[in-house]
Amino acid sequence: MSQSPFNGSAVPASLSGHRISRRNLLRGAAAGAGAIALPSLLAACGGGPGGDGKTVTMGSNASDPVPKKAFAQAFAAYEKQSEEKRTVDVNTVDHNSFQENISRYLQSKPDDVFMWFAGFRMQFFAEKGLLHDISDLWGDYTGFSAALKAQSTGSDGKQYLTPYYYYPWAVFHRKSVFAKYGYEAPRTLDEYLALARRMKKDKLTPIAFGDKDGWPAMGTFDYLNMRTNGYEFHKSLMAGEEAWTDRRVKDVFDTWRGMLPYCQQGANGRTWQEAASSLQKGESGMAVFGLPHPGQQFAEDEQDDIDFFAFPEIDPAHGQDAVEAPIDGFLLAKNSKSLKNDSTMESARDLLSWLATGKAEDVYLAGDPNNVAVSEDADTAAYTPLQKKAVDLIAGSKQISQFMDRDTRPDFASTVMIQAIQSFINEPDDIDGLVNGIERQKKTLFASDAGS
Amino acid sequence: MSLLTTRRTRRRGPRRFSARDRAVLGVLLGIPLLLDLVIVWGPTLASVALSFTGWDGISDIEWVGTENYANLFTNYPQFWPAVRHNLLWLGFLGLVATPFGLLLAVLIDRGVRFGRFYQSTIYLPVVLSLAVVGFIAQLVFSRDQGALNAILGDTESPTDWLGDPDLNIWMVLLAAAWRHTGYVMILYLAGLKAVDASLKEAAAIDGASETQTFFRVVLPTLRPVNVIVGVITVIEGLRAFDIVYAVNKGRNGLELLSVLVTDNIIGEASRIGFGSAIAVVLLVVSMGFVVTYLVQEIRGEKNR
Repeated sequence: MSQSPFNGSAVPASLSGHRISRRNLLRGAAAGAGAIALPSLLAACGGGPGGDGKTVTMGSNASDPVPKKAFAQAFAAYEKQSEEKRTVDVNTVDHNSFQENISRYLQSKPDDVFMWFAGFRMQFFAEKGLLHDISDLWGDYTGFSAALKAQSTGSDGKQYLTPYYYYPWAVFHRKSVFAKYGYEAPRTLDEYLALARRMKKDKLTPIAFGDKDGWPAMGTFDYLNMRTNGYEFHKSLMAGEEAWTDRRVKDVFDTWRGMLPYCQQGANGRTWQEAASSLQKGESGMAVFGLPHPGQQFAEDEQDDIDFFAFPEIDPAHGQDAVEAPIDGFLLAKNSKSLKNDSTMESARDLLSWLATGKAEDVYLAGDPNNVAVSEDADTAAYTPLQKKAVDLIAGSKQISQFMDRDTRPDFASTVMIQAIQSFINEPDDIDGLVNGIERQKKTLFASDAGS
Repeated sequence: MSLLTTRRTRRRGPRRFSARDRAVLGVLLGIPLLLDLVIVWGPTLASVALSFTGWDGISDIEWVGTENYANLFTNYPQFWPAVRHNLLWLGFLGLVATPFGLLLAVLIDRGVRFGRFYQSTIYLPVVLSLAVVGFIAQLVFSRDQGALNAILGDTESPTDWLGDPDLNIWMVLLAAAWRHTGYVMILYLAGLKAVDASLKEAAAIDGASETQTFFRVVLPTLRPVNVIVGVITVIEGLRAFDIVYAVNKGRNGLELLSVLVTDNIIGEASRIGFGSAIAVVLLVVSMGFVVTYLVQEIRGEKNR
């Protein structure tokens, strides 16, 4: 919690009395005020750097049972192998609350190490000076691709993130449904739409679609944009450098509008879980999701039935080059008090170095098979066929994007784009009005940062 | 209370307090005064001040003048719908839910059969928090898995009660009114029990009809309850938040001012200056009602 800047007593100054008796009264009032304010001031002075230097605190957003357990196993493995008897003290916060409170968390009393996302969302805080530079650690890291390094790098060219795992977005479907009707995975948009038309004839809803939570439809936008205009355009559009009124953006919405008749209607009233469960029930044929999403709605013995294909090609110039694969990892918080202690800092860096190894990722993924390891040294032998396919998908890609809400300013994603995409789903015909509205709001948001 | 004290002091005449009296009074007045300043006025004035800045919660506070307000009124598509929804909320609770609660109270007060049963059933939703009401609304109104569409049995093109931006505000209002009605009913029921039966008898002897008796005699004697119900209705209308937030985070047809404030300030967005400007608008709207109410009250005191 942030502290109110108003602990002082402003009473006497603002209400100086006219009569002596009243002034005395106020003096008493001020004394009473002081009696209350004093303890809180004293309390604020407590605390300070401490600890034995062997314990690293970890701010975790892994509140769901599966990841939580998998992380616990990973940290236990670290403690076991640590010769200096270092320990990790995990402080788990609900995933969404963690996300919503991140700026206050990083400014007040963060843990030493915390879990966060790669890309723009990390660079934003690096720029504000809330993260420790770990470029020297990166010098010793092995097994990370250039794309991973780029996503772990701030706008100043220094590294701030130790990546841990990622998961690709793709078009998911059930093998059994595809086998039953003799469908084949499409490679181009035309084939995709032809398949959708066939599904409609077979009384299936072609594309399951839910955007009540506001973010799931962003995946579809990103893919349409990267397939139409390429990764570089996606990056500069998200960075606020391109105009949303550009012909190229309108093309994206135009293509999307052509797809909407094949999507589940009323997407704004449907959660992604409901969309995934319609895929599970075989009511709809395909859906754009991230790797961990559909599996949660499928029973244990149906997991093998989940399959996916890469989002289809639109412009041959960009093919299926880019893949959307959000990376999660670990960072050091600058405002952590215990990190000012050198031995704690040493312990935290030791932990990061261990987490950057393939072995450390193996331990985690054994407990949470819904992601894939970022390190090339990780052991892929134990992967499920779906995980193996995910690795191939990422390995075959030329660029990795992070997802709209990780590739752009948080305020732009959450207060402009969520609403814009939802209103597009409601009224797909007014594309000009839509992009004009986005562009106007974008200008004020991105301009506000230029000044500070 | 304050009237009483002034009267008493006047009777006693100007007399000086002893030092000890002053100390005691000072402490006793100082503590609430400080709490009032720190908890109510401090944050209020801070919000007003912040609404003229472009603060993002991290960088230095930067003065931007009225830019936030200009942006809000011209360049924030959710703002006007939110204002409309807040007013609609207020109107619906005030003109539909509250009179309906009064009607139920009158019916139960006249002694319908199973009155006790109705009374407890209708009051039951009041003990639920609005977030829970929002959750129940989802169970009932969800398009694919909701109870209502299951009963209607339209599987071809089921109505999207909570996803259709023209429809969902009414469904949510229905859920909010469901709770509000019970609240209003219980307040009026207590008021009606306290109405002196001889008043009604006197009216009947004078030849007043049932309706006349109710509107001319009973309702005016309920004035204190009317005031409380009015205040509660306005508060509920302006602070509405939990139910839409539980349904869909207050987006897509369910925008409310309180939600916009939260989205901008609490979320990862951290547009604290901009969010404060929305909060100030909400404050100004509330002030309109507060001032009207106070003027009425003060006039009432004078006339008495």
